[in-house]
Amino acid sequence: MAHATPPNRPVAFVDAVRSPFGKAKPDGLYAHTRADDIAVTILRDLLRRHPSLNPELIDDVAIAATTQSGDQGLTLGRTVGLLAGLPQQVPGFAIDRLCAGAMTAVTTTASTIAAGFADITIAGGVEHMGHHPMGFDADPNPRFVAERIVSPDALNMGVTAENLHDRFPHLTKRRADEYAVNSQARYQAAWDAGHIQPSIVPVALRDPQRGWGLATRDELARPGTTVESIADLPTPFRAGGRVTAGNASPLTDGATMSLLAAEPVARDLNLPVAMRLVTFAYAGVEPEIMGYGPVPSTLKALARAGLTMDDIGLIEINEAFAVQVLAFLDHFGIKDDDPRVNPYGGAIAMGHPLAASGVRLMSQLASLFAANPDVRYGMTTMCIGLGMGATVIWENGTFTATENEATR
Amino acid sequence: MSEIVTHAYVRDIELPQGGGTLALITLDNGEDHTRPTTLGEQGIANMTQAMRTVAARADAGDIAAVGITGKPHVFAAGADLRGVTKVSSREQAHALGQTGHDALRLLGEMPVPSFAFINGVALGGGLEVALNCTYRTVASNIRALGLPETGLGLIPGWGGAYLLPRLVGIERAVDIILHRPAQNKVCTASEAAQWGMVDALLDPADFLEQSVIWAAQVLRGDVSVTRPSAPTTHEWEAAITAARRTLDATLAGARPAPYRAVDVMSLGPAATRDEGFAAEDDALADLIMTEEFRASIYAFHTVNAAKRPKGAPDQKLAHPIGRVGVVGAGLMAAQLAMLFAQKLEVPVVMRDLDEERVVAGVNYIRSTVERLVERGTLSSPRGAAIIERVRGTTQIADFNDCDLIIEAVTEVMDVKKKVFAELQDVAPEHAIFATNTSALSVTEMAAGLRSPERVVGLHFFNPVAKMPLVEVIRAQHTSDEALATGFAVVKKLGKTAVLVADRPGFVVNRLLVLLLGKIVEVVEQGTPVDVADRALAPLGLPMPPFALFDLVGPAVGLHVLVSLRENLGDRFPRSPGLHKIVDAHARVIREPEHRGIPARVDPDIMQYFDSPSSPTVRTEQEVLDLVVEALTHEVGLMLDEGVTQDANDIDVCMILGAGWPFALGGITPYLDRTGYSERITGTRFHPVGEASLPPV
Repeated sequence: MAHATPPNRPVAFVDAVRSPFGKAKPDGLYAHTRADDIAVTILRDLLRRHPSLNPELIDDVAIAATTQSGDQGLTLGRTVGLLAGLPQQVPGFAIDRLCAGAMTAVTTTASTIAAGFADITIAGGVEHMGHHPMGFDADPNPRFVAERIVSPDALNMGVTAENLHDRFPHLTKRRADEYAVNSQARYQAAWDAGHIQPSIVPVALRDPQRGWGLATRDELARPGTTVESIADLPTPFRAGGRVTAGNASPLTDGATMSLLAAEPVARDLNLPVAMRLVTFAYAGVEPEIMGYGPVPSTLKALARAGLTMDDIGLIEINEAFAVQVLAFLDHFGIKDDDPRVNPYGGAIAMGHPLAASGVRLMSQLASLFAANPDVRYGMTTMCIGLGMGATVIWENGTFTATENEATR
Repeated sequence: MSEIVTHAYVRDIELPQGGGTLALITLDNGEDHTRPTTLGEQGIANMTQAMRTVAARADAGDIAAVGITGKPHVFAAGADLRGVTKVSSREQAHALGQTGHDALRLLGEMPVPSFAFINGVALGGGLEVALNCTYRTVASNIRALGLPETGLGLIPGWGGAYLLPRLVGIERAVDIILHRPAQNKVCTASEAAQWGMVDALLDPADFLEQSVIWAAQVLRGDVSVTRPSAPTTHEWEAAITAARRTLDATLAGARPAPYRAVDVMSLGPAATRDEGFAAEDDALADLIMTEEFRASIYAFHTVNAAKRPKGAPDQKLAHPIGRVGVVGAGLMAAQLAMLFAQKLEVPVVMRDLDEERVVAGVNYIRSTVERLVERGTLSSPRGAAIIERVRGTTQIADFNDCDLIIEAVTEVMDVKKKVFAELQDVAPEHAIFATNTSALSVTEMAAGLRSPERVVGLHFFNPVAKMPLVEVIRAQHTSDEALATGFAVVKKLGKTAVLVADRPGFVVNRLLVLLLGKIVEVVEQGTPVDVADRALAPLGLPMPPFALFDLVGPAVGLHVLVSLRENLGDRFPRSPGLHKIVDAHARVIREPEHRGIPARVDPDIMQYFDSPSSPTVRTEQEVLDLVVEALTHEVGLMLDEGVTQDANDIDVCMILGAGWPFALGGITPYLDRTGYSERITGTRFHPVGEASLPPV
């Protein structure tokens, strides 16, 4: 087994939390709740979980959102910090890399830690897709189309998923549906076993027509989904297509928040080291097959880490679309139902609040690491609109080397 | 106006760690925070239904707890007062109290604990909703928790008078139920937590989330809430006796509500909830049917309505104010300069004739600001900014770039005319001139100017920082622009403007000085000063007449009295005694025994009044009668002269400018209900039922 070369100054992923994920519809959990309020609640809870951390020591707060206007406007890292009652001297900023926003918040601030420019950071994301429909305010440059830089197809994520099916005909609708059904089943099993709940922070829900409520669980999962039950769903992106609401992630409202620290600082402050950053990479692909992005980014990250896929014991991959996960697994020769991949289910079941999802993957990986101290390396990866992939490789903070490993 | 109906929504909350379900009631009237949730007939019915539903579920064992909270920023602001004034019989009034009790007590008598999550303003009946619960959390930012009922002629009669002493102790309850309303004060979340009125103080950022967690901890027994041990009957009685003594000293029976609140509390620590609530119902029923309550509600609404002044010209005509000039650097001038610097946040030039006075004025502002910063009322940078903005000068030319110049020099017509005459040569052409005169004719003051239309009266009251009223005087030539600017400035200063005609003494001073003049007149005619000083007690004014004289300063009072007599006639009496008092610099009062007790006249000042050859010794009742008759006559004249647009504006002036009580409705509702207005002026100031009990 290979050994990765970690950064000179190791970066610890201390902990992460998330809101329950809600349906981005007028009758969804968060229809009347502000995006920044969701982020504030979970940030406060994250800090409450680590009383040994004096919040004044936080060097920066990076919060991602794909749409940075309205209740996701100004600069979220700062607004959420102030609203959450962080000391005024703690700065913050907003970050955007579409679906990989929170992931980029983590890798960016982790890099500043690794470089010695920060000791402790907060990185997270929020997306209220109900308040901010995808691409709503965007004004794509006409040159994209006029000069054939990007086909108009590439701006619609569902269409890019259909393109992936075209490109890889052996990734059939049936396989996508089976994958989706498995995701639902794994999520439900994980929920029933209590694996998901620890990372979830209840969020108050304001509704002028129904009074206050409290979100305590995800709203979008469809337990009991079978291949038959989703076989005949409409294919909204193409007549006779393969991508359906059954094998894609739903439109979602939610937020995530993580706490990172230089490992020696974490140890000084008695903060847990759930995982350790090994390396990360982003890579671009043809925008028309945006979902293929995790393949090149993973190849790049593995190479940079000096690891191979064989070294990776757990993979958390974002399920924007089932076909996009299949394309990744297919490339690396991993079975569709490999137990190392999304063992607690994925975005198809629990939802994908765009810029928030990256930290959800990490939170889930951290929880899996804790349950599997024998696994040394894991990976979080996701596809990104306009043809990109992101991959972060992590080392298990609870990894206990076997004798064999220790002597090597 | 029809009721803005408050809904009582119920949603189930999943308690952490398998703690079961908390049924959460939200009170919400569907409006934003500028229309606070109140409880009217339909709202109470909605609330009752919600509570019955959850109570039934509690009985059935379906839920582990009940919670109640409000829409953002407002828990509940109390009973719908307009609805209460529609009540026309004691039976109805009694039913109103009982219906409230029936709903609210469910909260305290369910088989599961109830939790109030106080997320915003909780006043009166709103706070009582919370007091009826088993436990309370409060968001730490809230600054408006209170039971102001006794200030409005009621008692906290939905459980407050009975329950509060049991949470915070009898002495604190007396403070919250009696003393704070009298001072127009509420309490903050942290005070409430300190006193035990609420059990947990939580951050507003995730208030509901943490309230639910706290509730779960209480339910699991991880958090235990301690209540004060019941006071002994002896302690309780001592507190009640002290409360009655204070009421007698300050109110002397002028208003019934505070006394009834004490009566309910005096049932003592052993009273049962049924007994306590029944006593509350009776007190409410009686009080709702009092004239004092009706006048109070009228006053409350009239004062609120006055925030949008009647008769103000289009605000678009107002000049922008980028720099203010203050003529004079005396006490009043310095107070004005500070207020402008603080509220308008513009540079202020304060000018007096000699350097020494200018320095004194600037120093006054500096030391006032420093005191406020020390007390924490002002932040240090804001304080520094105020000091920075005010520039003292002896050069009149320094007014050359002021947009508004207000004079606050000696109350002598010639002096003021000279000031304006000089000003018009240095001030920009667009500048508005304002005068803070308390009794002189603004029209005459402006008469010699090239542009008399630029002059407006802005009459502030002392102490300027505290008194909420400004009489805005339209003189004969005052332009709409000048008047609009006056109104706009007053609004920015955070005060209430009332449009007043240019008549001597305007409103407040005309009535106050008349009252003082009549008191002195009866003394001149042979009534002992102590009798005269006590005579107005049934009105419940903020202080006895001689204490008012002392506050105004006898010299100033006399000056205005003389000036009003010259302009309005002998209704404003002559008083040789008063002249002697002023000449002798005599103090007219004795210091009270302790703070909060009104100062009484010093009987020794009797020596300054000559014994009349044929003395008329009046009783307190006769003096009161004479004074009220004079006031009635004067109010009638003022309305005839068009001093204000209506009787309501006179009341607003007397409430905000002189602190006259809500229970009088200011003054005119009192004159109506006592029959003086019909007897003296031939007609009422308000139709029956408008500021009084409805027709029988």
